Amino acid sequence: MKFLSPEYISMAAGFLVILIGIWGILANKNLIRMIIGFSLFDTGIHIVMVAISYLKDRTAPIIDETINTQEIAKQITDPVPQALVLTAIVIGLGVTALMLVYAMKLHKEKKSLDITKFNDLKW
Amino acid sequence: MLRKGIITVILIGFAVMLLQLFLSFNGNEDLNTTALHYAENGIEEVGAANLVTSVVVTYRGLDTLGEVTILFLTAAIIGLFLKLTREEKSEKREVRPTSEILQTAMKVLVPVIFLFGIYVFINGHLTPGGGFQGGAIIASGILLMFLADPNRKISHGLIAVIESISGISFVIIGILGIVLAGGFLDNHILPLGKFGTLLSAGAVPLIYIFVGLKVGSELSNIIYYLNQTQKEKK
Repeated sequence: MKFLSPEYISMAAGFLVILIGIWGILANKNLIRMIIGFSLFDTGIHIVMVAISYLKDRTAPIIDETINTQEIAKQITDPVPQALVLTAIVIGLGVTALMLVYAMKLHKEKKSLDITKFNDLKW
Repeated sequence: MLRKGIITVILIGFAVMLLQLFLSFNGNEDLNTTALHYAENGIEEVGAANLVTSVVVTYRGLDTLGEVTILFLTAAIIGLFLKLTREEKSEKREVRPTSEILQTAMKVLVPVIFLFGIYVFINGHLTPGGGFQGGAIIASGILLMFLADPNRKISHGLIAVIESISGISFVIIGILGIVLAGGFLDNHILPLGKFGTLLSAGAVPLIYIFVGLKVGSELSNIIYYLNQTQKEKK
């Protein structure tokens, strides 16, 4: 059964986390909960990206004495998606911090975190 | 009711889309060409034991510079947004005294956390970790300091100086790479050293030290701004 191998399980988990994140963004009216939804969306994408780079029976791309230096390419997983996820985590942190600050500012204006109260631009 | 229906439709749409991706994924058997190049030539070209570090710092060093810039911009925008007026600044903030456990633990743990953060970014080219992770660990130490004593004053000027110096040094190392070696952020400006030791991989440890200091001070700055603006009128 090919769907029971680690890459499929982690990929399915990642997609599930993405869906939970989208639900959190759409269904909640509280700003903080929406920000948590965005964070979950982010995390799900990271899980999927690492799952894609998984190669069976291989180790992390860190070369130490357990790796035979003659055949490195046959023993390690792809380092590029991991470097990409490292970047994505940092950018996600910055975006989350910015969203939290906006939420703080909005709360200062209206003393409420309910998104339906912010209807100044609605007609 | 309509709202719930729309949300359900959107969610089902996304689920179908992701299911298609999931079913069409066939797994990988081998590294692709880019990864193969990094795996086969990483040791000779960069000399870092951690291949992720050689990708992040050397092969894709320019992206890392952009990433650090994005973090800096985030910190700057947050500082701009949360700017305090003079009248707000003079207000004394009333906080509930924190517990004895937290205060004592802060005194014991903060130096250890800083040490661990420095260890993580100095060894970024040998072990999992690096500048961003080490910087985040250092900022978590600062966060613990604020949790134990929200009115604590930290030297904002010192953080700004560390951040500017490490940012400029990062760019200067990059430009030195053009002058002395093959291109921007080339790590051959220093000898590669023995593979797998602390002083190896040329300029990679140096770059990661500056990245670590810069990320640490940027995140500390964000925490500082967020803490400063908690002075709500009662």
